Amino acid sequence: MHDVVITGIGIISAAGEGLEVHLDALTAGSPRTDTETFAPYPVHPVAVPDYDKQIPKKSDQRQMEAWQKLGCYAAGLALDAAGVKEDAQLKSRMHLIVAAGGGERDYAVDGQILTGLRQAENSGVFLNERLMGDLRPTLFLAQLSNLLAGNISIVHGVTGASRTFMGEESSGIDAIRIAHARIASGQNDIFLVGGAYNAERPDVLLIYEMGGFLWKKAHRPVWERPAEGGGMILGSGAAFLVMESREHAQARGAKPLASIAGIVSDRSRREPGTIEKAVRRQIDALGAKPDVVISGATGIKGLTDEEQRVLLDVLPNAAIHATSDVTGHLMEGQAPAGVALAAALIAREQSNEALVTSVGHWRGEGAVRLIKAN
Amino acid sequence: MALRDNQGRPLVAVTGMGVMTSLGQGKDDTWAALTAGRSGIRRISRFPTQGLRTTIAGTIDTVNAEPFCAPMLSEQLAMRAAEEAVGQSGLSVSDFPGALFMAVPPVEMEWPQREALAEASEEKGDVTYRDLLKAAETGQFRSWHDLFIFGTVADRVADRFGTKGSPISLSTACSSGATAIQLGVEAIRRGETDAALCIGTDGSVNPESLIRFSLLSALSTQNDVPEGASKPFSKNRDGFVMGEGGAALVLENADAAKARGATILGYVLGCGEKGDGFHRTRSSPDGMPAIMAIREALSDAGLAPDDIDYINAHGTSTPENDKMEAMSCTAVFGERMARLPISSNKSMIGHTLTAAGAVEAVMSLLTLAQGRIPPTINYKVPDPTIPLDVVPNEARDANVRYVLSNSFGFGGQNTCLVFGAEPKGA
Repeated sequence: MHDVVITGIGIISAAGEGLEVHLDALTAGSPRTDTETFAPYPVHPVAVPDYDKQIPKKSDQRQMEAWQKLGCYAAGLALDAAGVKEDAQLKSRMHLIVAAGGGERDYAVDGQILTGLRQAENSGVFLNERLMGDLRPTLFLAQLSNLLAGNISIVHGVTGASRTFMGEESSGIDAIRIAHARIASGQNDIFLVGGAYNAERPDVLLIYEMGGFLWKKAHRPVWERPAEGGGMILGSGAAFLVMESREHAQARGAKPLASIAGIVSDRSRREPGTIEKAVRRQIDALGAKPDVVISGATGIKGLTDEEQRVLLDVLPNAAIHATSDVTGHLMEGQAPAGVALAAALIAREQSNEALVTSVGHWRGEGAVRLIKAN
Repeated sequence: MALRDNQGRPLVAVTGMGVMTSLGQGKDDTWAALTAGRSGIRRISRFPTQGLRTTIAGTIDTVNAEPFCAPMLSEQLAMRAAEEAVGQSGLSVSDFPGALFMAVPPVEMEWPQREALAEASEEKGDVTYRDLLKAAETGQFRSWHDLFIFGTVADRVADRFGTKGSPISLSTACSSGATAIQLGVEAIRRGETDAALCIGTDGSVNPESLIRFSLLSALSTQNDVPEGASKPFSKNRDGFVMGEGGAALVLENADAAKARGATILGYVLGCGEKGDGFHRTRSSPDGMPAIMAIREALSDAGLAPDDIDYINAHGTSTPENDKMEAMSCTAVFGERMARLPISSNKSMIGHTLTAAGAVEAVMSLLTLAQGRIPPTINYKVPDPTIPLDVVPNEARDANVRYVLSNSFGFGGQNTCLVFGAEPKGA
């Protein structure tokens, strides 16, 4: 078995760009919040970067919607940080696993169609005509789940092969899990893994509001929300990691930031007590003795409070942070962002061992154990 | 003695298969129609087609899904295919002893649901998402959250069959079904599991999905004779025809399968994949990524090009794909390619998109077992630039030991699988 190390991180969110601002935000309190654009639903808006720095061609930028641009941008930051951006040969055999949902819709067109449908004599025919006439042909390519990976291949030349995992929070943890397994078993040497999320879009707010999951009051930290009814605040951002075998990193002279010592991911039929049991079992299974926990907690009642109880009980001496208090809830990108923060703390010698948790808002529980690379 | 491949990894056996297509429910019906050269493509009756450039598809209209939408139909197709596959394997249908890898179409809310929300909002003027959100806030639509998030279809299948661990929902566009199988093969080779349930499913023939492909000029518009529209490798091919389908394969560590006395239906001997950064929808003009994916699949299987007896083509019937695929195969198989049979199931089933790689894997394994190669139908006008043996119009008996199955997709996805009746040297 090969050790798996992280050698590059790219992260962007409401906290800004890069690890420095994110580590500062861990202790700073509340992230930047937009309470107006989608009122009554607060979101944590991304600090929009200068996309030209990572996506040089305007023609590429025009082909992407925000979730893809964020992902492509963070992927570029990770490649830069790992020192592989200019190595075309290496990137041509680097594998890619992206955790993603789907892309933005044309909200104006949707509204016009819904307005028109009310009066339409034949609603099916009206829908056909409007969609044929009003949809931008290339919008589809900004919506397809696997086209974030496709754009990373095009823009950054990462062309080993890509796989896109879907399935909300679980997809983020499973992307890291599968990359880890492939490296550990010796199947592949180096991966780019991550996820991106755009929360500043009404269609995703709609999905989570249907389920009753959104926080609608003034900003409160994740751990304080369950007592007040609970709810999540979505955030826009992206996090990508370069993961490779220790040997591969050594051979190319790359400095590992942290090592991934173990990763677990599972599903359960949820009922009261499920989360408590799952988190406890996973901490056990990983043999985790962290001094810091980066939690993926959502703020949802019945989940976040159960997770907090276990963490305080089992790991009384660990500092506990919530990724959502830094970036907002990044959904598919949440676990990659958590691992990014944990690896950065270890690289700066602010932690010897970190645990990243991922309790999905609706399903899926996972955890990652990170240790010093040496 | 343990069954290992030439790289010392566990051999991966197939012990169960299930399939749902527009040709029939179950693999027997589908196979009978496929080898009879029958088409499942028909005029769309599910929704009005007035104003559309394409009005035909290989829909599955015999399966109930309520509320009717792509994730619900995709779930039903997956469930039925999995029932057939797990049933055949003899493994538990409620406590399946392994992981689930599942290719599912990207999910989103559809127009009937948007309309219902708009109505519930009671907005009389211009409707915006603000109104839909107001309707959502009432809590009347709670179950649609679960219905329209990406992990639900796989989660429900995992729940029903009792698969182990976190189920993986994946997309590699039109090669997704093959990627689901590849993930299962890898998990067994790593020794993480002795069994994997690998599924590809797609029930997304709805107005917006069809129009999206139509606006990219990817679909055939030869609507007059629906069953004649999908004509891979023909000179007059003009695009693919959407199809619906679901396919499931039970993969097992061959040792474990033999130990429990299971019938082995064939082996997944090799997997190959290669990304392409040339363009979002077009392949590298030199075909190198597809060539490398084929070569990697062969080498992973421990086979030489000469070992392959038949190619189950991606064969979409688009001008671009079929030309590229023929060129890539010729680069790998050399002058032998002129005689090496290659046929496209899509000429009859249509392009089942997310499911295609899995559906075609099942057909490839049946080809091995039955010694009969399904044809490429509608082959009336040969394309002189594609001088291949496409098994035109009629099925053919042949002794087939090893099959290559190709899958290519938007976003630079190229995934190739090699199946064998027996491992080489057995």
